[in-house]
Amino acid sequence: MHTYLDGIGLLAPGLESWGAGRTVLAGEVPYFPSETPLPVAAVLPANERRRAPNIVRVALATGMEALGASRRDPAVVPAVFASSGGDGNTIHEIMTALASPQRELSPTRFHNSVHNVSAGYWSIATGSRAATTSLCCHDGSFAAGLLETAAQAAACEVSILVSSDTSYPYPLGAVRPVGVPFFGVALVLSSTPSSSTIARFTVGTSSEKASCFPDDPALESLCHASPAARCLPLLVALAKGTAAVVTLEYLPDLMLQVEITPHMDERSRKT
Amino acid sequence: MTGLVFSAFSIVTALGAGQKATLAALHEGRSGLAPCRFDTLPIAAHAGEIGGLEKWPLTGTLARFDCRNNRLAALALEQDGFPDILEAAKIRHGPARIGVFLGTSTSGILETEVAYRHSHPETGALPDSFNYAGTHNTYALGAFVREYLGLSGPSFVVSTACAATSKAFASAARMISAGVCDAALVGGVDTLCGTTLFGFHALGVIADGPCRPFDARRNGISIGEGAGFVLLERRRREHGADAIELLGTGESSDAYHMSSPHPEGAGARAAMAAALASAGLRPEGIDYVNLHGTATVTGDAAEDRAVSGIFGHTLPCSSSKGFTGHTLGASGVVGAIFGALAIQNGFIPGSPHTGEVDPGFASHYQSVGREARVRRVLCNTFGFGGVNCSLVLGRKA
Repeated sequence: MHTYLDGIGLLAPGLESWGAGRTVLAGEVPYFPSETPLPVAAVLPANERRRAPNIVRVALATGMEALGASRRDPAVVPAVFASSGGDGNTIHEIMTALASPQRELSPTRFHNSVHNVSAGYWSIATGSRAATTSLCCHDGSFAAGLLETAAQAAACEVSILVSSDTSYPYPLGAVRPVGVPFFGVALVLSSTPSSSTIARFTVGTSSEKASCFPDDPALESLCHASPAARCLPLLVALAKGTAAVVTLEYLPDLMLQVEITPHMDERSRKT
Repeated sequence: MTGLVFSAFSIVTALGAGQKATLAALHEGRSGLAPCRFDTLPIAAHAGEIGGLEKWPLTGTLARFDCRNNRLAALALEQDGFPDILEAAKIRHGPARIGVFLGTSTSGILETEVAYRHSHPETGALPDSFNYAGTHNTYALGAFVREYLGLSGPSFVVSTACAATSKAFASAARMISAGVCDAALVGGVDTLCGTTLFGFHALGVIADGPCRPFDARRNGISIGEGAGFVLLERRRREHGADAIELLGTGESSDAYHMSSPHPEGAGARAAMAAALASAGLRPEGIDYVNLHGTATVTGDAAEDRAVSGIFGHTLPCSSSKGFTGHTLGASGVVGAIFGALAIQNGFIPGSPHTGEVDPGFASHYQSVGREARVRRVLCNTFGFGGVNCSLVLGRKA
């Protein structure tokens, strides 16, 4: 399946945006996992902004960065949200409340507990009535989301993938350790190239081993710290701007392979 | 879209296991709702509970998946001749070319609820027996079904609240169209848990008795358990002219509120219009609408406006929720299978517990089942986050 990449968004500790994190991922500046504050979800109306849990703030920041780069109107772009666990804090708070004698839940916390919480706030923030979906494939959620987004772009011309995960507090965090409090990435994919196009992807399944970073322990560790960070082999190749083939973790017996052709190469190949 | 055939389908709800038990209840107008015994709610809630799941643990190599939700998945995969048809499909396509696209809202989160109640009194640690990846995680359902059936194709689990399985149909159709797989197992499973029982209670939308969709005195939902699976394949000669096809899918968002529907049903209307366009049909091409109809005051009113806005005042429509309760993430596949049964058996199901239909409503609500020629059905599901998905299924000719 061929698809074109028109915009990238990124947010993680030490990687404040794709614009700021790109030199780190290209290996020009060492990665330092500094305290990165979660941005305020300024695109939401004030009452929704107060209620939005952390994963929504991550999803909105990365999605808006990628859409801005693609110069697309968010109101007409279908969106795919991929996450292993939704909002970790919200799930922990609900589990704690249900184990207490009162067993009372807050209505807001309940609607924030759904896996598609980011999709709901996204459509409110953007005013978009376009389709949104939300999916999970445990540690392979980014790859599953990329597959769905590429198929969606093929069917609807354009689609955005927003893949984000947050950590669970203890005790759930002890059995499902997620090593960074949040990680988010967004990619705008399109069925045809445009002036915004960064690269062409050829996406398909593979039985190869997932790509890793044998020479960079910091990146290798970050890649395994969060399900959404499994995107890093792809982002590093994009940051370097060279043609590459990367294999992304998907299912135990099936990986996702992406052949990346930087768009300048693509143009010169055609002419 | 190019139609995809329902080569096999299976269902388990509070009405019983399998198509035969389901159809008998639909003909008799017999509801599966009963006072909720599952957990202690401070109100007189009814639920569509499936009995006997405690007697069928998953054991051996599947023990890590053992939870109420995956047990129900296994039960549904054993109904309606599904195992034999699936084995034949594995030989025909190869197990790596059959995708698995499922839906759930809460997966096996009940295991985590129980684990938190049994956490260590001093350290707070969860019991060693708790398995997050095999039960709680949203993908646990997909990992279990893929392993249970020996399938090795692409897979994920859609979790768009109550529209989850309908969206899984749309994803599966895209994946087959893109050549990622040649066939797809689509399905959905949701089971009772404290998160949804207490959560919907906190929102004030659990009915004090069995739910009464589209009734003038409706006052909320009854939660039901349900599972359904459909094997989707491209049409082959063996399927015959009568085979049910997925003809179209339509998706939209409300962009309005996290847990309240758009009052005019604008998103619902957009999803239905998109599903008709995808099927290449005009509204007159539909013979019956299986409504989302969860029996909330605002949800039913918004859907009535949307449905009557597109289909007028004479097209028969009804909700399945009085039969099964609201099966949440499974409601998309339960609605689709009710639609398939309506087509195959020439019968439009009624709506148990619905007495006087809201006099302010403009759509043609069908409280009592009746025989009718049904060629094509539109099925609605709407969920939290303002997510809407409509499916069109039936016989093309």
